[in-house]
Amino acid sequence: MSENQQQVWVFIEQREGKPADVSFELLSKGRKLAESLHGELKAVLIGHDLQALAAETFRYGATEVLLADHPELKHYNTLPYSRLVSELVDQHQPRIVLFGGTFIGRDLAPRVASHTRSGLTADCTDLQISDVTYLRKDYSQLLLQIRPAFGGNIIATIICPDAPVQMATVREGVMEKIPLAQPVAGRITPVPYTPDAADQLVRIIEQHHEESKVNLKAAPIIVSGGYGMGNFQNFQILYELAHVIGGEVAGTRAAVDAGFIDHVRQVGQTGVTVRPKLYIACGISGAIQHRAGMSDSNKIIAINDDPDAPIFGVCHYGIVGDVMDVIPKLIDAYKHKLK
Amino acid sequence: MSYHSIVMVKQVPDTANISGQVMKPDGTVNRSKLPTIFNPEDKVALELALQLRDRYGGTVRVMTMGPLKASDLLRDCLYMGADEAILISDRKFAGADTLATSYVLSEALRQLAPYDIVFAGRQAIDGDTAQVGPQTAEKLGLPQITYAEEILQADGEKITVKRKVDRGFEILEGTLPLLITVIKDAATPRPFMAKRVMAYKNAHTLLELEKMIEGNSLLYLDQLKEEYVSKGLFIPTLTADELDVDPERCGLGGSPTKVHKIESVILGGGAHEIIPPTKDGMHALIDKLMEDHIFG
Ligand SMILES: Cc1cc2nc3c(=O)[nH]c(=O)nc-3n(C[C@H](O)[C@H](O)[C@H](O)COP(=O)(O)OP(=O)(O)OC[C@H]3O[C@@H](n4cnc5c(N)ncnc54)[C@H](O)[C@@H]3O)c2cc1C
Ligand SMILES: Cc1cc2nc3c(=O)[nH]c(=O)nc-3n(C[C@H](O)[C@H](O)[C@H](O)COP(=O)(O)OP(=O)(O)OC[C@H]3O[C@@H](n4cnc5c(N)ncnc54)[C@H](O)[C@@H]3O)c2cc1C
Repeated sequence: MSENQQQVWVFIEQREGKPADVSFELLSKGRKLAESLHGELKAVLIGHDLQALAAETFRYGATEVLLADHPELKHYNTLPYSRLVSELVDQHQPRIVLFGGTFIGRDLAPRVASHTRSGLTADCTDLQISDVTYLRKDYSQLLLQIRPAFGGNIIATIICPDAPVQMATVREGVMEKIPLAQPVAGRITPVPYTPDAADQLVRIIEQHHEESKVNLKAAPIIVSGGYGMGNFQNFQILYELAHVIGGEVAGTRAAVDAGFIDHVRQVGQTGVTVRPKLYIACGISGAIQHRAGMSDSNKIIAINDDPDAPIFGVCHYGIVGDVMDVIPKLIDAYKHKLK
Repeated sequence: MSYHSIVMVKQVPDTANISGQVMKPDGTVNRSKLPTIFNPEDKVALELALQLRDRYGGTVRVMTMGPLKASDLLRDCLYMGADEAILISDRKFAGADTLATSYVLSEALRQLAPYDIVFAGRQAIDGDTAQVGPQTAEKLGLPQITYAEEILQADGEKITVKRKVDRGFEILEGTLPLLITVIKDAATPRPFMAKRVMAYKNAHTLLELEKMIEGNSLLYLDQLKEEYVSKGLFIPTLTADELDVDPERCGLGGSPTKVHKIESVILGGGAHEIIPPTKDGMHALIDKLMEDHIFG
């Protein structure tokens, strides 16, 4: 085994030169994995004008940054980014590569894994190094990739016993961000990029990113919607309810992923933790990661058409019914009583 | 210009409705107890492909890799309006992770070429990885647009797509052929058309035809197949041999990721007051919340 094979790499995600939090979280985790492997932690960074950001990774223990810096790489674009990362992985064969489970990471990582024929485990909640016996064969120092599946109903430990490179994505907020007291003395290694016509088969025409200013933590009443709201249009009724009773609207990750509501309004382990006077959970199953962000609310109302939904286990008032039937009645009842 | 699309669809266990009896005592999922459904985002992907056909003309084919039972899903696609459905099925494909799945799907797409657009759902609700679409694209050297929420327009070789990103959206212009993964909000799937249900409920795969003639020596498989093909009711099945795939890259053996251990998540219930979902119930609830000093 060459010494290269003990490298742990983290893909550093940036937008407009601003790093994603998840990248520093992954560096912090990657540092621990590299220690267990007696290996080295490295960062892969692609974009333009990123010297300062590159140096920031030293605060999290990266000993080397592989930096591809070019004006045409300023914005994330699938084809050039995946080509660059794939070539680097092919060339250096790191033992572990970590990506954020973000819109960018989930677009990029599968292509890199496919190109390099590596195993890729999605949305890990924990990563550990351990010796493993699998099918009566012993493997030393494998990456245990722990992830929920089947809609959060099971937790699976995934391994890649025979693959040279093990890859994983992790959602933002899952790992802890732990800067070092003193940055390490790392080095920046430039990676050449030669533009290729094929890199522009998909062109960015327009980009819209809103910085949001919601303050869920301060809201006395939160109306929260889940995947059970059904669609974007149905979800809008929650704004009406919130408006009538004077609250803010929030949602589950499933609702965020489905595009019903913005990520900044996500409540839960990887979102905001809230403790309002009243939390109304509409079409929310009550997964453990969601409960982590709301179960300390003073009073909880749950509306769900499945009487066995786990959310009923944490609520004070439970309503078994269809959200699109119950919510209008609730709005009417409130208007009738209090206006 | 008209466009030829292929939609990748998957039959999935209904993970939103997992109840206690679905989990085996050892913590594994008893798949036979789980009802199967059309993966929600794949249905939206099919709808988007059908809308593109409505707008510009062309064809829509669907394909799935799965067990023989997945032919139910393909019939659903025909009911919605797909022109043709293809089953990709072989024991050798069982136990595939996303890498092995995308390998077989990409080889099938090679055989089904030419096409302009491959559609996939963003993710399947069982594995939840969102990896199969991009991995299939990579294997074919196709560009991709993930998280598509709207096709703004197609014009010759170019397609303009609005895609969702964290806190906003992007408008991308892609050169065909390419692969698009679709999020739930992109469209509302059309209902099955009664006329098509009548016509295609008899669409069958070769294996289903074999089952039909069991115990009926008067019917010959070849003849029957020909009859189904001529009526447009034959669902072709592509096997490992027909696809000429490398068996080493298929199924469990071709999958670098292995499930080492599985635990079920058990959430306990607690005491709470049940409010009936009625007008009176809502009035009572408001009263209680006033007593709790939350309202009023
Ligand atoms: C590492 C990690 C971090 C996570 N972090 C978070 C987090 O921060 N926040 C979070 O929320 N999740 C988080 N999740 C996801 C979490 O596991 C669940 O998948 C998610 O909370 C489920 O969201 P949901 O309840 O909206 O959807 P589902 O689980 O799909 O539940 C929908 C519910 O709606 C009900 N329903 C359906 N139709 C109707 C109807 N018409 N009327 C009434 N009810 C209906 C259904 O019975 C069901 O109970 C995380 C997961 C992981 C792995
Ligand atoms: C507990 C558990 C955990 C797992 N974790 C991982 C993991 O981390 N990494 C991994 O590589 N594999 C994993 N797998 C295996 C993975 O679930 C299967 O490979 C699955 O068949 C495809 O992955 P998916 O459901 O995540 O699909 P996704 O990648 O989420 O599917 C995206 C889209 O691809 C298309 N598609 C997917 N499968 C098919 C198909 N068979 N036919 C046609 N179109 C299709 C559909 O359009 C779908 O919407 C896991 C399996 C289990 C049981």
